[in-house]
Amino acid sequence: MNIEERVKAIISEQLEVPLDSLTAETTFEEIDADSLDIVELVMALEEEFDLEISDQEIENIKTIGDIVNYIESRI
Amino acid sequence: MWRLDQKVALITGASRGIGRAAALALSRAGAAVVINYHRSCDAAEQLLGEIEVSGGRGLIVQGNVALYEDCERMVRLSLEHFHKIDILINNAGINRDNLLIRMKPEEWREVVEVNLTGMFNATRAALRPMLKQKSGGRIINIASIAGIYGNSGQANYAAAKGGVIAFTRSLAKELGSRGITVNAVAPGFIETEMTAALPAALREQALKNIPLARFGKPEDVAEIILFLAAAGSYITGEVICVDGGMML
Repeated sequence: MNIEERVKAIISEQLEVPLDSLTAETTFEEIDADSLDIVELVMALEEEFDLEISDQEIENIKTIGDIVNYIESRI
Repeated sequence: MWRLDQKVALITGASRGIGRAAALALSRAGAAVVINYHRSCDAAEQLLGEIEVSGGRGLIVQGNVALYEDCERMVRLSLEHFHKIDILINNAGINRDNLLIRMKPEEWREVVEVNLTGMFNATRAALRPMLKQKSGGRIINIASIAGIYGNSGQANYAAAKGGVIAFTRSLAKELGSRGITVNAVAPGFIETEMTAALPAALREQALKNIPLARFGKPEDVAEIILFLAAAGSYITGEVICVDGGMML
């Protein structure tokens, strides 16, 4: 699995949304993720990719593509 | 009555007083208890002995809740040993009573750091595993009636305990959607080492103001802690006074 697929799999599991409904352009607003959902998601991503995502970075994340780009730039 | 089989409870300041009574009550209900203490090592070991003799499970973890790294270690050891945390009881507390005009800045600071910041530290450290477990949870904070009504000579203690109540209500709102309830228990005059140190005249005066005509026992408070831990699934952000009617 590439990074985008791994991220989507985690989001699908964490937020209980169907995997095939997620694209790089999907925003967290569209999938009804609240601020605590995003924190939980970040926790799961940190574990999966073994990195730390700062609070400041979290604020810049709007779409699934944003997360993928961020993780790709870090590993 | 209320059961907590297969549940794991982390109790700060558990070696003496209300924390100790809570550890015994939760253990009797079937929970594995993590006993945190700061200085009373012997008391903690005695408590664990008592729990194990009655067939319960426990773990002792030394640590100062005023230090975030100690709380992180406490949580890590709890997870290593029992693999989860279902219940957090923020009980560790101290008092440094003094009239404000005589209160030293360090008396203010110490009380706020243990009673209020300590609660933040332990909760912050325990919250990540609790959220990840996705099985809800219970956070029970020990406040005080001083935190609601104030008390002469306890401006530091009352301010910290008032903060505990505001923290409780805010966190109840934050975590409700995850099935984690957050409540506070506000004891009145409870017979512990903390109140034993008070002057006799003050104790007598306090007793006159208690409709139930006795001081509370740590077990009276532990019973309500157990209730909030094992039942009360539709109660959150609440403060339950256990004061014998003292403030009526």
